[in-house]
Amino acid sequence: MITASNLTKVFGTVTAIDDVSFHVSAGEVVGFLGPNGAGKTTTMRILAGIFPPTRGAASIAGHDVLADPMGARRAVGYFPEYAPFYPDLSVEQYLRFVGCLKRIARRRRGSAVADVLTSCGLEEVARRLIGKLSKGYRQRVGLAQALLGDPPVLILDEPTTGLDPEQVVEIRRLIASFGGTRAVLFSSHILWEVEAVCSRVVVLDAGRVIAEGTPEALTAKLGAHHRIIVRVDAPRAAVLEALAEVEQIRTVEPGPDALRIVAETDDCEAGCRALAEAVQARGWTLLELRHEPLPLEEIFLRLLRRPQELKS
Amino acid sequence: MSAAAIFAKELRAYFTSMLAYAVLSIFLVLSGYYFYTNLVFFVLMGGMDLPRGLWQYQFHDTRQILLFVIPFLTMRLFAEEKKLGTIELLWTYPVRDGALMFGKYAACLAVISLMLALTVVYPLLLARVYPVAAGPLVAGYVGLFLLAAAFAACGLWASSLTDSQLVAGTVTLGMLLFFWILTWNQAAASEWLIALLTPVSLFDRFHTFARGAIDLKDVVFLIVSSVFFLALTLFTLESRRWRGLT
Repeated sequence: MITASNLTKVFGTVTAIDDVSFHVSAGEVVGFLGPNGAGKTTTMRILAGIFPPTRGAASIAGHDVLADPMGARRAVGYFPEYAPFYPDLSVEQYLRFVGCLKRIARRRRGSAVADVLTSCGLEEVARRLIGKLSKGYRQRVGLAQALLGDPPVLILDEPTTGLDPEQVVEIRRLIASFGGTRAVLFSSHILWEVEAVCSRVVVLDAGRVIAEGTPEALTAKLGAHHRIIVRVDAPRAAVLEALAEVEQIRTVEPGPDALRIVAETDDCEAGCRALAEAVQARGWTLLELRHEPLPLEEIFLRLLRRPQELKS
Repeated sequence: MSAAAIFAKELRAYFTSMLAYAVLSIFLVLSGYYFYTNLVFFVLMGGMDLPRGLWQYQFHDTRQILLFVIPFLTMRLFAEEKKLGTIELLWTYPVRDGALMFGKYAACLAVISLMLALTVVYPLLLARVYPVAAGPLVAGYVGLFLLAAAFAACGLWASSLTDSQLVAGTVTLGMLLFFWILTWNQAAASEWLIALLTPVSLFDRFHTFARGAIDLKDVVFLIVSSVFFLALTLFTLESRRWRGLT
């Protein structure tokens, strides 16, 4: 549904993105990660049809953004960062205006507006001026305009920025519900949020794609990133020393609380077995042995750190 | 269809923001005051050669008021969308830059037309007490409209350059004033400079209309001026392709 091939965008002397390629299929919600200034917004603006790439190609639902820009724009719903709005229009007036610009036929426009009002939970405020709404509602208005006309592709640029935790949860639930048959590209730098909503992530840094895949696949690529939590009824210092000698274990560290120890290994099963044997061999009792997937946040940080590590 | 939607939205914005009412009332008060003083002056001093006297003065005065009120009508057209960020969204809908621009321009011209149409009340009032020939009036109004359309196109361009309404308004007023005073100081400027400036002065083109005649050359010149500024506007909008959104 969304295809970016070797996208490069140069503004004057600044290369905002460089050779960015990725693909989002129908029914997929893909997280677009990267630190501020990595080029996420530039990439999304190209895909949404705001400006063309300097080099490379992109297509939205089969419409090339250069050859058929209007076709591509018709297939995309875009939510820009800081949901902009006209303060002196009511929610309904605004959505009707957008419906007109999206070329929804007049007789279907009313029901199309009613549909997005319902799916974004805006019925109660339909007649209120957007300028008088709370930030959370405005953000929903932003999502509603993207959804209007039922485009097969949604591009959402940091839709949860500046919301309180409760609103974030609501918006996240909405975005998850947009999936289904649509292709959704969703940027954020709040990682647990991406983890909760997205099936796959594309990581951008300094204008380049540095990683792509499911969170699990990214973990696997990094290697040594199975995390095992161990709790043993023995003095912690002794346990740490004993476990550090186990061959299959890469690192051993004191855990988040006084009882537990965190070990990391390349191979989860072999690691667990070796740990259990080491504990048993010393006559201790194993109270807890648990595999914990690496949080996305940490994968992300390691991915970003890695190029420098490789260089040094 | 999209140009029509933009047009309707802009027109509504003019009236819900009260801007149109403010500009319309100030324009009518000032032009009414000019009409009154011009009428009194001609009745007392100049006799009643209306096309040569009263209307010529009245149209020239109206032109001056347009110069000062049109920047207020044009300054928000693009600058506000840029400030709010809504222009970014408009660029993701299947709407061409041309349709976006024409929708806004047409809404501005609609307000200007209403403004000029309301001043028809002055000749109508006069016609009750003294015969008024329609011909010179038509020429004057055609001239005023074409001139105002060129002013509006100039203001639209200024508005597309910045996200500050104040800057857009100031730049428009500056440009229009410059076009006005361009040919004032004929004595001080060298002859070749005047020869160069006179043809491009928007204001000098208006004299014939005010005298009650329509010269095709002047009509074409004013329309070309509008087209020139609209082309600049379109170019400015398209410049995001290599400049990005700033």
